[in-house]
Amino acid sequence: MKHTLSVLLQNKPGALSRVTGLFSGRGFNIESLCVAETLDSKVSCMTLVTHGDDGIIEQITKQLHKLIDVIKVTDVSEGEFVEREMVLIRVKAENTTRAEVLRVIDIFRGKVVDVSPASYSVEITGPESKINAVIDILRPIGIKEIIRTGTIAMARAPKK
Amino acid sequence: MSKITGSQAIIKCLQEEGVDTIFGFPGGAVIDLYDELMDSDIHDLLVRHEQGAVHAADGYARATGKVGVALLTSGPGATNGVTAIATAYMDSIPLVVLTGQVPRALIGNDAFQEVDIVGITRPCTKHNYLVSDPNELVSTLREAFYLASSGRPGPVLIDLPKDVVAAKMSFPEKKEIKMKTYQPNIEPHPGQISKACKAFLKAKRPVLYIGGGVILSNANKELTELAEKTQTPVTMTLMGLGGFPGTNPLSMGMLGMHGSYASNMMVAKSDLLIAVGARFDDRVTGRLDAFAPHAKIIHIDIDPTSISKNVEVDIPIVADCKYALRAMNSWFDDSKDFDASAIAEKHQPWLEQVKEWNDKHPLSYHDEGDIIKPQFVIETMNRLTGGDAIITTEVGQNQMWTAQFYKFNDPRTLLTSGGLGTMGYGLPAAIGAKMAFPDKTVIDVAGDGSIQMNIQELATAKQYGAKVKVAILNNNYLGMVRQWQELFYNKRYSATVMEVTPDFVELAKAYGAVGLRAKTKDEVEPVIKEALETDNVVIMDFVISREEGVFPMVPAGKATTEMLLV
Repeated sequence: MKHTLSVLLQNKPGALSRVTGLFSGRGFNIESLCVAETLDSKVSCMTLVTHGDDGIIEQITKQLHKLIDVIKVTDVSEGEFVEREMVLIRVKAENTTRAEVLRVIDIFRGKVVDVSPASYSVEITGPESKINAVIDILRPIGIKEIIRTGTIAMARAPKK
Repeated sequence: MSKITGSQAIIKCLQEEGVDTIFGFPGGAVIDLYDELMDSDIHDLLVRHEQGAVHAADGYARATGKVGVALLTSGPGATNGVTAIATAYMDSIPLVVLTGQVPRALIGNDAFQEVDIVGITRPCTKHNYLVSDPNELVSTLREAFYLASSGRPGPVLIDLPKDVVAAKMSFPEKKEIKMKTYQPNIEPHPGQISKACKAFLKAKRPVLYIGGGVILSNANKELTELAEKTQTPVTMTLMGLGGFPGTNPLSMGMLGMHGSYASNMMVAKSDLLIAVGARFDDRVTGRLDAFAPHAKIIHIDIDPTSISKNVEVDIPIVADCKYALRAMNSWFDDSKDFDASAIAEKHQPWLEQVKEWNDKHPLSYHDEGDIIKPQFVIETMNRLTGGDAIITTEVGQNQMWTAQFYKFNDPRTLLTSGGLGTMGYGLPAAIGAKMAFPDKTVIDVAGDGSIQMNIQELATAKQYGAKVKVAILNNNYLGMVRQWQELFYNKRYSATVMEVTPDFVELAKAYGAVGLRAKTKDEVEPVIKEALETDNVVIMDFVISREEGVFPMVPAGKATTEMLLV
């Protein structure tokens, strides 16, 4: 099963490679990984999407905890959470398809961020499923290039 | 505050930590530090290969329980240490390894003797550091000692750029170290202790399965108390030997691939398995689904990652073994449900069954006239030392025969590379142990193959008067691999025949040591006696039965009850 882990770690040289080394060394999967500084510049937050059965996810969580540079590990997918990913897509936009591309982008609430005579570059954010959907729709029109950020995720605030 | 150099600061830190001996090999990047060492009271041993330095520091650490320290130069000095660092990592041995590094301005430039040793050792250290700011040197050293020795111990490496070591810095006072990202859980959860003890009271066929964690946490007394109080048989992993007296009637010796028949049978038939500081290694469990299939499992370990890694655990206890065992003992003492004589009576049929297994297939071997059996060498050594020696081993058959036939009664008396299985460990580790305990007999049990992996350290032993004894069980084979080839590869002895082996007696002489040889059974005892009485480094060359195997043996991938017996 897919799990989204939020990992707080010291913003130190080598900290990221300790995490990635752990995954490659122990044969765990990384589907995507996104890391940047938090409000505290000494701390980074990493969102890591992985999959495995409960035993594997338990091992991953414990092994991450064991790293000296790791402060906190949360499996946000255990509870309610919001996830977002951003994608930049350069899609073919010729006379016959320019209007169609814009309509699709509009439906997905995307934005055009660059225009050329033969293409649009568009930005779309949303959960992974939405990104996959827009890619599926645009593929027949002609995708020239695609860059995805990978998922970031945040647990929902408690309602009470 | 007056400023001192990085070298001076490092030495002050080592003194602060009570370091009296370090093992190393110099080079351009650490020459400043070696210069400063000359004026300090720290004894620095010059080894002959950096792997030997780290193994010696490891042997020192295992024998004393203190942090072992090694000092290596940059580049090849550091990479030569990697095997030994990984050895310590796999067995959770506290080490601080200091490596020189090129000056900061040259890092990343492929400078002479530059290597990214922090990158290389990331997966085989508990933690490591590149000190890039002189003001962080002292705090890094203190943190390294704290990390190495606390929680689940392990090696910590500090990479020291030459200009950082030469820089001037202040030496702040030592404060208690608190790290928000590292807080090992020492005390057990009382609820889990009570669950575990209640499970104990219900059990009819309990087994204590103990590992190196018992020795690392100095919990042997607490363990013996628990085993005797509850009349529970005990089996040990290779790393756990000495954690419970081998001559105690409750001890069934080692379990697993080359474990005793009784140990493997009792684990398979147990209804409660209490794992203490052990990690369900594949050499212990054999085929996983057949390991202790009827047992409820209690697992005490300080490292949460060890729990339910290979085998699903019913009652996990994350704590230092000593604290957890002490808590269990006091739970029984305070409980009105616990009655020592009733439990002894309840376990009597089980202990009788275990004894029956042990009587049916005790550890044994066949005598063959005059031919020296390696098991006989170990038994004789055990008898002549009265079990009062520190034994190191190399890896392979020599290691397994030692584990089976030497009765280790005390912790820290068997120093062996269990997890990584590093040939070449025994001799340097013996030197490290001998430096810590000059008055103790220290014997490295070796094979003719593995002794050659670090034999150059005989010179180190001679230079510093570390009068270790080396017992070579010489069969002119890489015996353990040969045994597998005999059993599973149609006796095709590919690359296991040592067609050329040095004359170890002459080799000993060349190093200024004493060489003795035994070719027949009668010569074994006189040779060991002479070695023990000789005030020098001694090599004993035992020409043993060439194709002797280690039995029992559980073939890889089989259940531990499917043993090949003698």
